[in-house]
Amino acid sequence: MIVFDRVAKRYPNGREALAGVSLRVHPGEMVFLTGKSGAGKSTVLKLIALLERPTRGAVIVNGKNTNALRAWQIPRFRRQIGVVFQDHKLLADRPVYDNVALPLVVADTPLREIDKRVRAALDQVGLLGKERMSPLELSVGEQQRVGIARAVVSKPPLLIADEPTGNLDHDLALEVMKLFKRFQEVGVTVVVATHDLELVRQFGQREITLENGHVHGGAADDLPSVVAQR
Amino acid sequence: MSLGSYGVRHLQAFFGALGRLARSPLASFLTLLVVAVALALPMGLKLFVSNARIATGDFKDAVDLSVYLKTDVALAKAQQLAANAKARHGVADVTLIPADQALAEFRTYSGFGAALEVLEKNPLPHVLHVHPSPDASSTADIETLRQYFKAWPEVELVQIDSEWVMRFNAILDVMRKVLTIAATLLGLGVVAVIGNTIRLEILNRRAEIEVTKLVGGSDGFVRRPFLYTGLFYGLGGALLAWAIIMVTVLVLEQPVATLAQLYGSQYSLSGPAPDDVGLLLGSGAFLGLVGAWISATRHLSRIEPRA
Repeated sequence: MIVFDRVAKRYPNGREALAGVSLRVHPGEMVFLTGKSGAGKSTVLKLIALLERPTRGAVIVNGKNTNALRAWQIPRFRRQIGVVFQDHKLLADRPVYDNVALPLVVADTPLREIDKRVRAALDQVGLLGKERMSPLELSVGEQQRVGIARAVVSKPPLLIADEPTGNLDHDLALEVMKLFKRFQEVGVTVVVATHDLELVRQFGQREITLENGHVHGGAADDLPSVVAQR
Repeated sequence: MSLGSYGVRHLQAFFGALGRLARSPLASFLTLLVVAVALALPMGLKLFVSNARIATGDFKDAVDLSVYLKTDVALAKAQQLAANAKARHGVADVTLIPADQALAEFRTYSGFGAALEVLEKNPLPHVLHVHPSPDASSTADIETLRQYFKAWPEVELVQIDSEWVMRFNAILDVMRKVLTIAATLLGLGVVAVIGNTIRLEILNRRAEIEVTKLVGGSDGFVRRPFLYTGLFYGLGGALLAWAIIMVTVLVLEQPVATLAQLYGSQYSLSGPAPDDVGLLLGSGAFLGLVGAWISATRHLSRIEPRA
């Protein structure tokens, strides 16, 4: 589902976030991306969602080499990926319903279909009945779940999350992680970046550890063939 | 993507843009006012010029040429010349005033009757009154005609009657040029004002644009509501400009009618013709769209989602 082949990323300010990272995530897998802050977890996710382009190497998502994508192809590419952020990035001036519906609206989904899917997504995260509320009226945990509903509403094959539990206490964090696990169980590929190792261990999923822009563990046995031959 | 849902998206962008305008009425109105004034000025100038043309339309008949023949030209020759002149392109009518008739008139009206008796022979020449056709009454046409007659060997002098009318028409020509320049500059102003307003709105809605792009919104989707906003500013400004012009016409109508009456004219001030209104609304909408397009394309591409 995701292949990183010797990917390096240097930001314009000169900071090298990734220095030749190779890793592979299989379809339907749930993978935790761990490491200290600054280790390159967020950069990996940004490269997957094409929020950044690699300086060197290739990022292949869902069979597509992102280097080959032109600017006009990016919107359609992003619709296949659900993204969850630590700060959830909800629009405070729109009700919950509109926030969740946005990915469907930009994809020109018929109105009746939107209504059905938004309710289904809110039901999955346990927020059915709060469509008309403003995100500001919700608790932090609920806001994060709205963010997750928005990420899954268009049923993307890939779900990525950057520190989705960073602002939550342990119980809420566990609840959110269980939510991700449930999406993985229905076939969605899930990549979660987190530094909460204790939480990660509770789930027993594969863990890719980054350190100073290198893969430190978890991806070695799973290198893409091109890399293994090296 | 079905056509129906695409239409619904457009409706949503349309009403969304309208709603945002309504939510900050004062700011929206000020922008509309600037656009309206910028559109009303050239349109007002255009109306002024066309009204001036209508008001002085009667003068066209006054632009005649008096072709004085040499005194030794015989009457028969003069009649032949009159026929030739009438055949010339751009000439509507030619009246020959024979020397005898001219002298008789002069005797009757001048009061010098007795003095003229002293003269042995008629000192007056035959005169051709050349009346140009209406479609050849411009300053340049008249001048061409004058040069043409002046070149005839039998002609002593060509006098253009009512030269001031031609000067007035020349002034109107200058005004029309000024109008074109003013309209161009003010049109650019409208594009700049609407472009800048759109730029501010884009900056205000930065978070929304980032999230929309993040979930896969295309540039076209993100741009759409801003184009509608630009269209509304342009069209709304044009409607307001129309209102400004109508009020101005209403205010000026009475004094102008009084003025015309004092000059013995039936002239009354006319407002914008339907095609003038069409031009006003069309250019307003067009300039609004152009301003929004330039601004949105420039500034939206700079906003990329950040994680």
